[in-house]
Amino acid sequence: MSPEAINGEAPIYELSAVSRTFGRPPNQVLAVRGVDLSVQPGQRLGIVGESGSGKSTLIKMMAALDRPSSGELRFRGRPLAGLAERDLGFLRSEVAMVFQDPRSSLNPRMKVGQIITEPLRSRLLRGRADVPDDHRARLAEVIKAVDLPSDAASQYPHEFSGGQRQRIAIARALAPRPQVLIADEPVSALDVSVRAQVLNLLADLVETNALTLIFVSHDLTVVRHVCDTVAVMHQGEIVEAGPTSRVYANPQHAYTAELLAAVPKINF
Amino acid sequence: MMSSVSERGPIVERKRAGSHCERKRAGPIVSVSERGPMLSVSDLCVAFGAREPVVENISFKLVAGERLGLIGESGSGKSVTALAIMGLLTETARISGSVRLHDAELIGLPDAKMRQLRGDQLSMIFQEPMTALDPTMIVGRQVAEARLLHSDQPRREARARVLEILGQVGLADPARVAASFPHQLSGGQRQRVIIAMAIINAPDLVICDEPTTALDVTVQAKVLALLDHTLTASGAGCLFISHDLAVVSQVCSQVMVMLEGKVVERGPIERVLRDPQHPYTKGLVMAARIDAVPEGQRLPVISDFYDGGSS
Repeated sequence: MSPEAINGEAPIYELSAVSRTFGRPPNQVLAVRGVDLSVQPGQRLGIVGESGSGKSTLIKMMAALDRPSSGELRFRGRPLAGLAERDLGFLRSEVAMVFQDPRSSLNPRMKVGQIITEPLRSRLLRGRADVPDDHRARLAEVIKAVDLPSDAASQYPHEFSGGQRQRIAIARALAPRPQVLIADEPVSALDVSVRAQVLNLLADLVETNALTLIFVSHDLTVVRHVCDTVAVMHQGEIVEAGPTSRVYANPQHAYTAELLAAVPKINF
Repeated sequence: MMSSVSERGPIVERKRAGSHCERKRAGPIVSVSERGPMLSVSDLCVAFGAREPVVENISFKLVAGERLGLIGESGSGKSVTALAIMGLLTETARISGSVRLHDAELIGLPDAKMRQLRGDQLSMIFQEPMTALDPTMIVGRQVAEARLLHSDQPRREARARVLEILGQVGLADPARVAASFPHQLSGGQRQRVIIAMAIINAPDLVICDEPTTALDVTVQAKVLALLDHTLTASGAGCLFISHDLAVVSQVCSQVMVMLEGKVVERGPIERVLRDPQHPYTKGLVMAARIDAVPEGQRLPVISDFYDGGSS
């Protein structure tokens, strides 16, 4: 463990000039361009932007599911460049992800209990001090934490509604007691009527487990409820960043204002 | 039960159905179909297999040019209602009740007859444009297909019409878009193509089944504005399905709220938004007004409005 990691105030993530390109020059796509970002422990960071703005590519790199083309990405002070998957256990046990569509992110052939405890059985996580080893106890704990019925573990994902499936995905993410939760549009595939429930749940869990949250969304009004800081992405760059209340009330960049204006509001 | 949702027909239609043009003509009176409701659904029930009905006793009327929002959570039966009107349900569905377009009964109509109506007098805009379009066909041909199936127009003229309509739905370079495959277009562009396809034959009724749910907010705002504009321009009536009251409030004048296959509330959108009666509707209105909740406070959820009876 690096010395900074012991000090609570050291940033969890430090990104400097991180870029990611896809393809070769004539058709090259600059998905993320020169992003500088740091995430402090306990911070709740929202990343907003329209589709194609690079927000998902950015968080994939932060979750080490993808690698930057250039620039440096440090997690707890350790550069991730050049690390093989088998050496990423320190990150895998601390960073968990919730994806957009629970219909496709849960294996339809596995029972909910198996799905939730799967990260605990991972070769990278097994035996680490911070990962619970009593799977059954941890399963019961997280099922309770996300408000699923107690017999949920023996059922299959298709037996649950969209909102409940997203709870299963959240339970799976929480199982290894992560420090950082990355949520990629976790409420975009849900009905407006269950959106509020999932957002409340996320806010509660982040609070009780003192998680660091990275929350991606295209909807600034949603981000406002769960995040204290926000970064607005447009065409691969962060065009505006700051405290959520400030950005929401007083957007500086024209694109942020456009994003805010686009959110459908009830017309009276 | 059959409370009509048609008190506020659009002004244009009132004029047409009104008396002064009839008087001038003095000849044959305007056909009955132009005066009565364009679409009238009564006691529609749909059940699959031996299970409980998923749609129970739905009744509503729609006059020409009127826009009705149908709102409810997933599984409440809104899409099944739309598919029943379009005659697109599987053979295993048991449908009872009546759906009349002008004076023709649609329930029980043979498939060949239904095919003539679909895409011509009735059209539909689906949620996911990528699955609604054929990935192996350039979009120009797909839009032309909708045209050619319902008119005797020569192909060359159809092409001109396709380019014209693609321009009308706000696509900057119609010729290039027409020659593209669906995967070469963005989500917003694809949904515009679908809208073009839906309105090319100037239908009487366009059913929109969550047309913007798959799009992100900035594109959604543009597509909604376009829908509003094209529906007004073509004078088509619209049944607009959504789970988001805020979206419905931007396009519709009337709204119906569905819960577990039944209509629990209906009326003019302003009234429903200002003074919702059913607890479920109250919850929906609050859920759609997420921007009004102070930051950091717990968001209201539907169940809050059932227990304790907060009003």
